[in-house]
Amino acid sequence: MKVTFPHMGNLYIPLRTFFENLGAEVVVPPLSSKRTLEIGCKYSPEFACLPLKVTLGNFIEALEMGADTIVMAGGVGPCRFGYYAEVQREILKDLGYDFDMIVLEPPQGHFWDLIKKFKYITNKKSFKEIYLAGKLAWKKIILLDRLEKMVNRIRAVELEKGKTDKAYKKALNLISNARDEQELAFARQQIEKEISSIKKAKERNLLKVGLVGEIYTLLEPFVNFNIEKQLGELGVLVERSIYISQWVRENLLPSFMKSKEPEVLAKLAEPYIPCFVGGHGRESVAQIVSYAKQGFDGVIHLLPLTCMPEIVAKSVLPMVSKIHSIPVMTLVLDEHSAETGLRTRLEAFIDLIRERKEEEEFGVLSWD
Amino acid sequence: MECYLGIDVGSVSTNFALIDKHGKMLKKLYLRTAGRPIETIKSGLKMLKEDLKDDIEIKGVGTTGSGRKLASVIVGADVVKNEITAHAVASISEIPTVQTILEIGGQDSKIIILRDGIVVDFAMNTVCAAGTGSFLDRQAQRLGIPIELFGEIAIRSKNPTRIAGRCAVFAESDMIHKQQLGYKVEDILKGLCQALVRNYLANVAKGKEINPPVVFQGGVAANSGIKRAFEEELGMEIIVPEHFDVMGALGAALLAKKAMSQNKQKQTNFYGFEAAFKEHRAESFECNGCPNLCEIVQIYVDNKLIARWGDRCGRWSENVAV
Repeated sequence: MKVTFPHMGNLYIPLRTFFENLGAEVVVPPLSSKRTLEIGCKYSPEFACLPLKVTLGNFIEALEMGADTIVMAGGVGPCRFGYYAEVQREILKDLGYDFDMIVLEPPQGHFWDLIKKFKYITNKKSFKEIYLAGKLAWKKIILLDRLEKMVNRIRAVELEKGKTDKAYKKALNLISNARDEQELAFARQQIEKEISSIKKAKERNLLKVGLVGEIYTLLEPFVNFNIEKQLGELGVLVERSIYISQWVRENLLPSFMKSKEPEVLAKLAEPYIPCFVGGHGRESVAQIVSYAKQGFDGVIHLLPLTCMPEIVAKSVLPMVSKIHSIPVMTLVLDEHSAETGLRTRLEAFIDLIRERKEEEEFGVLSWD
Repeated sequence: MECYLGIDVGSVSTNFALIDKHGKMLKKLYLRTAGRPIETIKSGLKMLKEDLKDDIEIKGVGTTGSGRKLASVIVGADVVKNEITAHAVASISEIPTVQTILEIGGQDSKIIILRDGIVVDFAMNTVCAAGTGSFLDRQAQRLGIPIELFGEIAIRSKNPTRIAGRCAVFAESDMIHKQQLGYKVEDILKGLCQALVRNYLANVAKGKEINPPVVFQGGVAANSGIKRAFEEELGMEIIVPEHFDVMGALGAALLAKKAMSQNKQKQTNFYGFEAAFKEHRAESFECNGCPNLCEIVQIYVDNKLIARWGDRCGRWSENVAV
């Protein structure tokens, strides 16, 4: 059995660790590229959203490399994601591929079902073995999230251009290669040493921008044109609203193990969206309110074209932006998006919030 | 005399604005890019040089537009700015109280919302170029009317025809159909103006609060038919500034002036008008390093590689200081 899974940012690192430690052979698809997008689009329904197309491309590339078992997440609620696996299975079957597809549905009450599926994938390993493999993968997730947060803070103020990204690449390798918790702890020390050695410029009026929106477009740098890096290069401190650890907590853990944080956050969206609308629609709105309260200078909202939950969120954004006095820009991404257009909008948005901040602080107009 | 130069390299036109140290326009140029930005930038420099007296000293240069990066390596720019900011800056300099900017250029259109002299919101057209300059150009050509007369003729109409303006291709077939039914040219042109304005307000300006003063700029602002249609649809006076056609370039020049005045010691990066006589060459190749197959562009000046871009990973661009 050769297991594969779709890409979403750095998720492949803990997933590979998890399945390999359970004795499964893993085929990591090549990182999403233009080729992935092209084959994905070719075989997907035109009006499906971008995540379906790119992940289908991942599967085809992995099957070409000899994978025979696809692990895919399922979902519930109004977002179409819950139906991806079924659609992709049918498309791949029509294309003549021979494979097994295991769909991990969120365990709301079906936690044992999830464990049973893991047992199947891993050739009936014991609960303890699954637990141990899961623990290392989970620690990697935590460290990856920490790393991404550090990088987003430092990139904006690095003195030597590109230094942070070099350290980031190296760190990903270290985390990826760590075979046990001891090695991971060592990797963590090394990473922290390296990152803290990057020379920083002193910046008093650093701009802070929050990123919210649909999870896949937020986490996958290939589809969002590496927006975190681009913003960092423009001298902006970036904070993303969703990290993999949160997603795993909310979707793969049974309800008694979940944190209460998301519920508290969702309350912030109540005046605008009082109920669950699927995906992260309500959370996007809540996060914008939260960022405004934390004194962020602006928020960028990302979604793939035709994403229903985020379209619902978008419809209330003008009001949220006005009431909480925070500029919000929505960027819609699909296979036709061009980097030049995105860059122009990013630069203009950064100019907008910079002018606004200067005026608030000094009370002067700086044009002219 | 101390001067500042702004260059706006757009898809359809490449514009130059030369201003003095008080921000007054000394000379402007509106040239067709015609798909050859490097040549156009160079011929613009030559034309400026020939026109100007010798006592001109360029103290700073700004570039903007979709070709801003290219222009900056060819002339040596001090400021490289996106076109939204550049347009806003220029508009504020002409009408300080402006609250809304409607900008329609060759292939894109934007709306910029300002309050108290600051940009607070903006939007650009995303998927369709219906209603921009290129589309109007083409329709005028098809009807055999010089583009300069488009507006004048449209304004004469008493009974504008309704034309479907959502999509450039369908608008065209709708127009042909109306022509074949025997509608007058002026009624069709006015109908087209109204359709474009409707399309702009529904797509680019959707959800935005349009408050006066409203400034209309970009190449299409030369078309009095579109201006009239905006006035009728919005029920407001629409101001077309004096230098409406080169506002991006003007904004870039003003930004260069600001940047240089903030740092008095700084010398301009401008290569001088001699840049127009150097040999520039752009080459591109496909990188086979990964499946992204990025197209890398290399710019040579007198056979020396000076800039490289187009790669996602930085493998090529990092090795050349831009």
